[in-house]
Amino acid sequence: MNLSKRRGALVAAGIATALVLSACGGSDEGGSEGGGATGGTFSMYINEPENPLVPGNTTESEGSQVVKSLWTGLIQYGPEGEVEYSGVADSIESEDNITWTVKLKDGWTFHDGSPVTAQSFVDAWNYTAYSPNTQGASYFFANIEGYDALQAPTDDEGNVTGEPAATEMTGLVVEDDTTFTVTLTDPFAQFPVTVGYNAFFPLPESFFEDPEAAGTNPIGNGPFKADGEFVPGTGITLSKYEDYAGENAAQADGVEYKIFADLNTAYTEVQAGNLDITRDVPPDAITTAADEFGDRFLESPSSQFTYVGFPTYDPRYQDKRVRQAFSLAINREEITEAIFNGTRAPADSAIAPVVDGYREGACEYCEVDVERANELLDEAGFDRSQPVELWFNSGAGHDAWMEAVGNQLRENLGVEYQLRGDLDFSQYLPLADEKGFTGPFRLAWAMDYPSPQNYLEPLYSTAALPPAGSNTAFYSNPEFDELVDEGNRASSNDEAIDFYNQAEDVLLEDMPIIPMFFGLEQAVHSENVSGVFVDVFGQVDTSKVTVNN
Amino acid sequence: MGRYVARRLLLTIPVLFGASFLIFAMVYALPGDPIRALGGDRPLAPAVVAQLRQEFNLNDPLGIQYLKYLGDLAQGDLGTDFRGRPVLDTISQRLPVTIKLTVVAILIEAVIGIIAGVLAGIRRNSFFDNVVLVSTTLVVSIPILVLAFIAQFTFGLKLGLFPISGVQEGWYSFLLPGFVLASGSLAYVARLTRTSVAENMRADYVRTARAKGLPNRTVVVRHTLRNSLIPVVTFVGADIGTLLGGAIVTESVFNLPGIGRAIFDAVRAQEGAVVVGIVTLMVFFFIFFNLVVDVLYAVLDPRIRYE
Repeated sequence: MNLSKRRGALVAAGIATALVLSACGGSDEGGSEGGGATGGTFSMYINEPENPLVPGNTTESEGSQVVKSLWTGLIQYGPEGEVEYSGVADSIESEDNITWTVKLKDGWTFHDGSPVTAQSFVDAWNYTAYSPNTQGASYFFANIEGYDALQAPTDDEGNVTGEPAATEMTGLVVEDDTTFTVTLTDPFAQFPVTVGYNAFFPLPESFFEDPEAAGTNPIGNGPFKADGEFVPGTGITLSKYEDYAGENAAQADGVEYKIFADLNTAYTEVQAGNLDITRDVPPDAITTAADEFGDRFLESPSSQFTYVGFPTYDPRYQDKRVRQAFSLAINREEITEAIFNGTRAPADSAIAPVVDGYREGACEYCEVDVERANELLDEAGFDRSQPVELWFNSGAGHDAWMEAVGNQLRENLGVEYQLRGDLDFSQYLPLADEKGFTGPFRLAWAMDYPSPQNYLEPLYSTAALPPAGSNTAFYSNPEFDELVDEGNRASSNDEAIDFYNQAEDVLLEDMPIIPMFFGLEQAVHSENVSGVFVDVFGQVDTSKVTVNN
Repeated sequence: MGRYVARRLLLTIPVLFGASFLIFAMVYALPGDPIRALGGDRPLAPAVVAQLRQEFNLNDPLGIQYLKYLGDLAQGDLGTDFRGRPVLDTISQRLPVTIKLTVVAILIEAVIGIIAGVLAGIRRNSFFDNVVLVSTTLVVSIPILVLAFIAQFTFGLKLGLFPISGVQEGWYSFLLPGFVLASGSLAYVARLTRTSVAENMRADYVRTARAKGLPNRTVVVRHTLRNSLIPVVTFVGADIGTLLGGAIVTESVFNLPGIGRAIFDAVRAQEGAVVVGIVTLMVFFFIFFNLVVDVLYAVLDPRIRYE
């Protein structure tokens, strides 16, 4: 019903115009003909992917960058995160936001020549959801009917006690080669927005014969195909897929992903002109990179959202006035400038600016107002004699800014603070799930798909309480849940956003978390390439990169 | 001699078992939940977590986990990391890189170190001796991380003499990282050789050799050096074992996909099978090269015999 093909087509047309324009601009210096592929190969930095290159098991940024070159999903996201029907889907429509009919375009093939059919999607989704396959993105299918039957039963101690009851979700039905239906457990109007994510990519038949081998020799349907196997610690070389059926075919002949253990080394290689693109700039080079690279230094907003959560299970932080007061006492601007050299933006809402539904200044308590903060704290009867314990995970560069937060609290509210930053991520996260924090704690979120829902439901809804979800502030408000739910049921995107914004208002009044920063992505590239653009996921669309001759 | 070597090799078996159990226990004792950390900000589906814990025997007590590991090992299965990649693959892919780096580093430290040490030792307090003294002090006092970045920036980026990183150019790629890695040990080898040579130059047998009218070259190389090498060989032998354990800093800065990086990542991710597999191999190397050193003693000094 919403976000149907027409709207997508309009956006796509806009993009196509922009592409033609940029291609013309590029031809002045590059000497390439407008519109046509320019050829040539380029190289790009990634860090070690955490998992084999299987889309349903790739939920982190490094593997995703490669997977997104190799695969094209049902839909694609435009530069601003808008849905474009330039992928495999012709339309994704529903009458009731529960049963969705997905119609595919003809002519799409995998790199091994086999056709991309409705079955390719359904098989892939079932494979990812089936718990014995231990795919990281399994939970993405939790709202599809029959998901629970694909989860192995466990006893109270978490031991697996048998096989799942089924291998296929009842909510996925193949109608014909190019049509399948998806039945959800609850209405979810944003469903089409979610399916551009890795977890929803199709898999060829050959994958299921040997999934392990497919992890190192990935076969997708994207603009680039793998030229050889993926070598951990070294990387993978891709070349243009000549039979690519989509609109956004690769401009270059190939891309070589090189794994660097140390970002500094990759940056040095770009300086020397041996490497073409890094999607990241070492922190100590940030201040000089803009001068050194000029217009080859890129900065764009990312979906990264850093926040400080409150242990709402702790009586000390149960009064929302205390939480509001803390937020009012923090000068985010000062921290982003002094600690991050402007590589983060102060957060003024709980939904990142890269998403449709962001409202500037939505967070009333994100402005600095020391006087009001102290009033609120007095009203709440907060005990200032006890130090506030500030929690963060160690070895990840959070020490400096958490200390700055502590200093501001001391200065503005007159409370002492204590840093609790000695736990590694693997200890920190379980502690969060076990209600182990004794004070405000740091966490961050990057979106999976560009919808305000992705910034609300997985983080603060009652359904997302640990261990099922990431609601580690243990916030639970029926009003919030209800508004998110209404957003999920909404009949149009605008209506949905309206409900999500209302939910956000409830959240920002209750303040179980303090919004801190929004991320900014930095990238640099060599003179060898143009058309480099870092999208809202922090990734470079490799199909649009052109190599200068 | 043959029986001695056989006995020593047999002795390594209980050592390897002991070492592997200790390492296993240490990884087991690490706090935190490795499976929870896999998911990051967003927890994995509960059934997936249960499945992973089952697959990696994380619900079992230490003893059972270790026995299961040994059981798999007996069938030639070293286990897999959390991504499902066999540990054996990781080792066979990364070890050659580390071996090349070690060979280059050892050659540099042995050849240059011994030559510098001998020249300094036979002309004590000469200008050259002082140069060696000052330069080795300097090198030893600079952290290897700093040295690596300086070398990379100067010789790689600015002068363009060496590749900045990677292994694309074969052995040549290993020259600069080899130099950086060898620098500290090189200084020790030079100092050790110098002291040892200087001491032996005053020994009776050297005076005798000179009195016999032997040419200076023969006295230095055949008599003094051979006797002076015992402490140096001990040091270099132990160093081979250490370097094969991987040089995390050098491998990271020069982006060499070697064993050091693998073990660093595995410890951080608490991947027991990977850590135990690799470290046990390192222990074996260490024992092996110590044996080689002991055998070399007998070669260098005929008075040492093993029965």
